[in-house]
Amino acid sequence: MNNYMIYLNSKRCIGCHGCEVHCKINKGLPVGPILCEIGHDPLKSVKGVPKTEFTFRSCFHCDDPFCVPICPTAAMIKRPDGIVYIDQERCIGCMACAGACPWSIPQINPDTNKAVKCDYCLDRVDRGKRPACVTKCTTHALKFVTIKEVGL
Amino acid sequence: MKKSVYSMCGMCTVRCPIRVEVENNKVVWIEGNQHLLGGALCAKGSAGVALVADNERPQQPLIREGGRGAGRWQKVSWHTAYDYITDKLKKIKKEHGPESVVLSSRGGPWQDMYKTFIHAFGSPNYTNHDNTCGRNTHHASLSLNGVGRTGFGYDIKNSKHLVLFGRNMFASLKIAENLQTMDMLDNGGRLTYVDVRQSMTGLKASRFFQVRPGTDYALALGMIHEIIKRGLYDEEFIDRYVSGFDELCYFVEQYTPQWAAKECGVKEKAILDFVDEVAEDMPQVIFHPGWNLSRYKDSFYASRALHILNVLMGNIETKGGLIIPKGPSDCGIKGIRNLDCPKPDIKRADGVGWKYKHFDKGPGLAHLFFDAMEKHDPYAVKAWIAMRHDPFTSMPDPQRQKRFFDNCDLLVSIDTHYSEFGWYSDVILPESTYLERDNPICLQKGPKPRLAVRRKALEPEFDTKAGWEIFKQLADRLDIGDYFPYKTIEELYEWQLEPTEFTIDDFEEKGFISLSDKPIMFDRQELAGQFNTPSGKIEIISKKLEDANLPSLLTYESPRKPPKGMFRLVYGRAAVHSHSHTINNPLLHELMPKNSLWINKKIAAKLGVEENDVVDVIAENGVTERVRARVTEFIHPEAVYTVHGFGRQIPLQTKAYHAGLSDQKLMVNKLDDWDRAGGAINLCETFVQVRLSPNNPKRSVEL
Repeated sequence: MNNYMIYLNSKRCIGCHGCEVHCKINKGLPVGPILCEIGHDPLKSVKGVPKTEFTFRSCFHCDDPFCVPICPTAAMIKRPDGIVYIDQERCIGCMACAGACPWSIPQINPDTNKAVKCDYCLDRVDRGKRPACVTKCTTHALKFVTIKEVGL
Repeated sequence: MKKSVYSMCGMCTVRCPIRVEVENNKVVWIEGNQHLLGGALCAKGSAGVALVADNERPQQPLIREGGRGAGRWQKVSWHTAYDYITDKLKKIKKEHGPESVVLSSRGGPWQDMYKTFIHAFGSPNYTNHDNTCGRNTHHASLSLNGVGRTGFGYDIKNSKHLVLFGRNMFASLKIAENLQTMDMLDNGGRLTYVDVRQSMTGLKASRFFQVRPGTDYALALGMIHEIIKRGLYDEEFIDRYVSGFDELCYFVEQYTPQWAAKECGVKEKAILDFVDEVAEDMPQVIFHPGWNLSRYKDSFYASRALHILNVLMGNIETKGGLIIPKGPSDCGIKGIRNLDCPKPDIKRADGVGWKYKHFDKGPGLAHLFFDAMEKHDPYAVKAWIAMRHDPFTSMPDPQRQKRFFDNCDLLVSIDTHYSEFGWYSDVILPESTYLERDNPICLQKGPKPRLAVRRKALEPEFDTKAGWEIFKQLADRLDIGDYFPYKTIEELYEWQLEPTEFTIDDFEEKGFISLSDKPIMFDRQELAGQFNTPSGKIEIISKKLEDANLPSLLTYESPRKPPKGMFRLVYGRAAVHSHSHTINNPLLHELMPKNSLWINKKIAAKLGVEENDVVDVIAENGVTERVRARVTEFIHPEAVYTVHGFGRQIPLQTKAYHAGLSDQKLMVNKLDDWDRAGGAINLCETFVQVRLSPNNPKRSVEL
């Protein structure tokens, strides 16, 4: 059972891609891996005004993740609160996780040759803070939601 | 050891307030100031960390060895560079007089330092980049309101309707303003957006006028006509504070919404519906008078019309309207001290103040120094010091500019990165990045004025120095060091703060010092004295303009249609780059490595151009830039659009080198195309030819 999710208020999102860089800087990632991504549909004219919806994609932190059992070194771990993260000490960079994931979410960090993925910035979450992308979102469009809050 | 430093961002010139956490001289966290922005920061703000690490920036002072622009540099010590520059300056001063030296800067809150330096040296010739940015808006406001562009702040959060003419605020980010606008929209406010193309701001709009390029002024005139016709203006405010209203009524009679709709290529009903909305929302309607309105031949008058619309709304010093910024004296306290040296009593080389009396003498106009370089008219200009200013990127036609600058004996660039001008200059003094340097304290006026300061978060990665130290060292060697009464930044802070009750430690709690707990608003019945025009009123008929033989209300002239097969080249910004100086940043380059050429779908089909095809963009004299096409229905067929700042030609910037298209290089012979009333260069008056590139990217003979 996941305790958390990241919610994007598309109305406030301005597609500035700040979240993507906030994430990379917090994780110290080089050029290459991008752990969260803003996307949008092609523009459509609605009453003469071009409109689109923005989407935010990072990792789904699946209830029953394929990436966890396939990991040969048990580096991919699902915590009781639902966060799926990679123990960088144990990871050998074989990328079996990316192959097992339907969305190929884990990516290689070319500096360390190990897998990286969104872990909701668990070090921050454990200190009572929100993930980097949410904390620094340019227009406060991203929200870090604990599932209880939305009543599920 | 971990430390937390409040500072000011420097990735663009908005200078958002930030807080930086540092461990072992590395940034471990950087965010928008929680007290002012709730942590919000843009992509560029985070990528500041990559700027510090980027070794493709100048790492020590450099003196040119080969010909200008050859890229052969001698690495020298700071002492050698300072001596080299000051020896040359002394020689130039002796041979041509001190006025033959020009100093240009980007602009911004630390201009006092640069002005002090050049004035103390004996030259009146300080200038900045505003001739390619906000000069038209600034002069429009001065001629009407008697105060410049920053003479009003915008209370967007409490407004009901924000009207933006090409002010693409969700790409040209200013985070505090963006948050205000989002909050306003969340509260049910309206956003009307006018542009020749869709933009991120257009996406958030409730109404979008896609106008024919160069017709902003027509649309504004149509709006004024209808607002006056329906009597939707603040009569009391106009009676009390405004002159020339009757002339305005007479003037706009011919400019009906029906006419404006036809001229702009929009629906008349949309203009009428818009005015219905204004009627509901006024006086909390803000017409943003524009930012970078150095675009069309009548941009100055378009901006003037937008200022007039605000006056009609009577929104000045009203909640949800235009607020007069307050300073320390309005809070009943003393302000900080800034460096100062009176301007020498010599005519400016750009003619501003004597030949062109209606322009602000402060920074003059950078594009008007070229005659002095070439023809020594009114006297020779022999040296140019560019402080974070890149004339070759901001002004049109760098090839032609180079021929003018070749008349100079000394070109100096002080910058954090290699600018195109820097690459051509004689000496590069590398300034430390904003995370590695302190800057003087500055006053940020507003309804709640505050003092702000940039503090060094890191020790410099390379042998770079802060501007305050560079100017002090140069000044000492030129015997004008007394104008810079400090040895260290701490001494400068102490000197700045001496008249106040504050110390530099007072910035530590929040990163700024608030001079007032609550917003200060003037009594709207007592605004006399706020409008610094010759008459003291808001002058719709401006004495200054009329004295300069310029009309206050310009008869509208339809913009030229591009010749067959040609398009009007318009430019803008993306949210992930600050013009040219972030193109080589590894993390921002990763998001946007190149620009593209936007072209209308129907036109593209006629040219046989499909999305992502390579196209040639050809200027009048055959200069060609090659770029990928972005085909969209949301751009006017007369225009093609690109993001400014790309197409750089500095080999040491391996990521930015020749990546994308450079709009200013296509603006051939456009240095003379400038606005005699507003002062700015008309940067959107260039026509280019576009064709599917004959280069076939698929063909390769390699085995």
